Amino acid sequence: MNQYPLWKNLMVLVVVMLGVWFALPNFYGEDPAVVIAKENGQAFSKLETSDIEQHLQKINSGYKSIRRQSNQILIRYEQVEEQLSGSDSMRAFLGRSSTVALTFAPRTPNWISGFGLKPMSLGLDLRGGVHFKFQVDLDAAIEQRLNQYIADINKALIDKRIRRNIKKQGNIISIELSDPEDLSSARSLIREIDPLLEIKTLTTNLSPVLQVAMTQDQLKQRRDFAIQQNILTMRNRVNELGVAEPIVQRQGLDRIVVQLPGVQDPTQAERILGATATLEFRMVCENESAFDAEAKGRAPIGCELFVDRTGNPVLLKKKTIVSGDQLIDASQTFSEGRPAVSIRLDNKGSQSMLETTKRNLNKPMAVLFIQQRQETKEQDGQFVTSSVLEKEVINIATIRGVFSSQFEITGVSPVEAKNLAILLRAGALAAPIFKVEEKTIGPSLGQDNINRGFQAILIGLAMVVLFMIFYYKGFGLIANFGLFINLTLVIALLSLLQASLTLPGIAGIVLTVGMAVDANVLIFERIREEIRIGNSPQASITAGYQKAFGTIADANITTLIAALVLFTFGTGPIKGFAITLTLGIITSMFTAIIASRAIVNIVYGQRTINKLRI
Amino acid sequence: MIIKEINFLSKRYFALTCSVILLLTSLASLTFQGLNPGIEFTGGFSIEVSYQEPPAINDIRNELASGGFPEAIVQSFGSSKDINIRIMPRENIDNKTIGKQIEAILNNSTNAVELRGSEFVSPQVGDELTEQGGLAMLFALMMIMIYIIFRFQWKFAIGAVLALIHDVLITMGVFSLFQLSFDLAVLAAILAVVGYSLNDTIVVFDRIRENFRLRRKSETLDVINTSINQTISRTLITSGTTLLVLLALYILGGKSLEGFSIALIIGVIIGTYSSIFVATTSVLFLDVSTTDLMPIKQEKIDDGRP
Repeated sequence: MNQYPLWKNLMVLVVVMLGVWFALPNFYGEDPAVVIAKENGQAFSKLETSDIEQHLQKINSGYKSIRRQSNQILIRYEQVEEQLSGSDSMRAFLGRSSTVALTFAPRTPNWISGFGLKPMSLGLDLRGGVHFKFQVDLDAAIEQRLNQYIADINKALIDKRIRRNIKKQGNIISIELSDPEDLSSARSLIREIDPLLEIKTLTTNLSPVLQVAMTQDQLKQRRDFAIQQNILTMRNRVNELGVAEPIVQRQGLDRIVVQLPGVQDPTQAERILGATATLEFRMVCENESAFDAEAKGRAPIGCELFVDRTGNPVLLKKKTIVSGDQLIDASQTFSEGRPAVSIRLDNKGSQSMLETTKRNLNKPMAVLFIQQRQETKEQDGQFVTSSVLEKEVINIATIRGVFSSQFEITGVSPVEAKNLAILLRAGALAAPIFKVEEKTIGPSLGQDNINRGFQAILIGLAMVVLFMIFYYKGFGLIANFGLFINLTLVIALLSLLQASLTLPGIAGIVLTVGMAVDANVLIFERIREEIRIGNSPQASITAGYQKAFGTIADANITTLIAALVLFTFGTGPIKGFAITLTLGIITSMFTAIIASRAIVNIVYGQRTINKLRI
Repeated sequence: MIIKEINFLSKRYFALTCSVILLLTSLASLTFQGLNPGIEFTGGFSIEVSYQEPPAINDIRNELASGGFPEAIVQSFGSSKDINIRIMPRENIDNKTIGKQIEAILNNSTNAVELRGSEFVSPQVGDELTEQGGLAMLFALMMIMIYIIFRFQWKFAIGAVLALIHDVLITMGVFSLFQLSFDLAVLAAILAVVGYSLNDTIVVFDRIRENFRLRRKSETLDVINTSINQTISRTLITSGTTLLVLLALYILGGKSLEGFSIALIIGVIIGTYSSIFVATTSVLFLDVSTTDLMPIKQEKIDDGRP
């Protein structure tokens, strides 16, 4: 007799029930929606909510429902087009006190979502959005650090009146000392700045040369820091953009992937993500002629030559009063009817600003805008991207009063004011980045992909189901039952892992459907063989399952190896495919070997069968 | 019920000839013509637009050529209204202007155009992908060989890997011969073919191992033949159901999955053939014998109760 012990039947039942439970949220689908949150994180009042609702009714945007949840407002729409135009009008209506983000809200009823269950998250190719891959310019990050060392070393040596000539050769700082007597004190001064630096002394020349370099560990640390810092900054910027469920991830050694679901304008997103803008405040060199300096191509001592927005030369003092990293907050505002950026400084910045404004009343102060821009050129048939530093004076104003922590700068367009405020708030990038990949998937293309993918799954499934019933009769039905359990389990696992489902992922599911019956076919063919030899039906079932087990294990483990290699090496579409394939192989082994056996045992196990129809 | 055994291996020289011809053709095409790499491997721009009415592809080509994109590759994508345009990487890349330019050029005609999606890949990413793909393939082969040596024996590992290389080369050969676009999804499909072809081969090998242990006296050729016969219905049924769903995917899945489904359809057909003829013949040529498969100690592998 073929019978499972009770615990085994119960285990199968529990696994299947759990599968159905976790897969359940997927059957309800999602609504395109808009999430509104207040910039300051406070909740919306009833009055504000009804204001928004009235506005929605007035513009007749075709929304489905509006709901307050924790400190957000969620507006659901029927169509993606309505959602897009709805979010635009919401942004205009609410102004900058709130962020408006696009999202998809599951239609899962409360009694399910209350347990924290979520449907599978859809990849970009299924819901539309923008995908970027950026490369971080790590060499620039190292160079920045080296420049910092040079400035520090220079200052330390000046303070001790050591005559020197500092040059940068590749990644090495070489310091030529005029007086050999200074050698040991220069060494110890550098040690004070950073005890870890590698210092070599070359005394072949008349004057000794110190070669200072960062250690391998320091270089690695610096690179890791640059990437971590960039990811952090980009996350802040993405949040400022108001995108729901964004992804900002490190990929490989020096890449950062950013995915913005629902965003349809890659231009603005890229401008904000890739910008390396920062500000500096400096005094103007008043008594010198900037035009003279431009003609000579050399600035007077203590001054530096820049251009303003109209292209005219401007001479600024070399000393920076306040730099971008001393900024606490920046926001877009209007000052006397003109667009402006309101700025708040930290303690150190305020102190420095206070002293400067006190001493320099009625003198002009300039705002210097610094931006790293990428430039791609063809070099010997190769495309080489490098970053170029752009500095521009955006505003010169006369100091009319003493101020410290809070003030406004003007001289920017409304759009610039908004972007500058976002950039200054989110912090600067530690190293310049440039784009190596961009993908925009329109919402209609996403919907198309979903429809086609699911159609393929359904039709493929139907054909396999019909074939199995035709070929294996009752056993075919059992195999089909296993197939549905298998599909449910894959969906349940994908929902549980919250791995995003992509188009190749759907292809993986389709392939799993085709291959999932394999284990059952192996078992059923074995049972047929046993019956042919003349064994009794019950003995044939037992032998069939037993003998097929080794084969199924070997065959599936080798396929699993291939799938896992795909998963490890692959990125993007390949990874999506590998995940569903791997899950599919594991679940199909469970359903074919254990679940289908449980059903067979229940149907055939407890009685005497004279002839097995298989 | 008695089923007459088919002597599959009697056709082994015929099969060998077929395989050699297919392999040589594939290799020749791969060497001289190469693959038609997708944008992920070459870098460049790919823009998808949708027209109100089916446009004439030649008109689009001419419009683009006079608009400054003579090298653009224009293909219909899915339906006749959807068009995919590919442009090679350019000096001073600025994909925003390129996207806008193309939209402007195409919108001149009376037929309204909707920009459905766009893609930009830097050429350096492409180089890395090619390297990564090759590495993944090699690593997968190694791991699989180790597993088979561990579970079976080295002669079987060689047979399985030969069949694998056979399947992958011919599938890639078809892509090269007909210059079908070889993109990332196709690479994933090829790696899936690796998995599938193995699955098929292992099932046959498993039976050969079992039969060698059961009938120690039999001729190697007979044992292999019997094993093929015993597994042939399973091989055909599984390939059949897999092909059914792949056909559904090919017909309904849309253009994005077309290359993927074609690669798998070819791979499954070749994989089925190779598990019957190539893998088995290789083991026969390597002169596998009963002594190769005698368990060193009594293994408990067929304790099938899960």
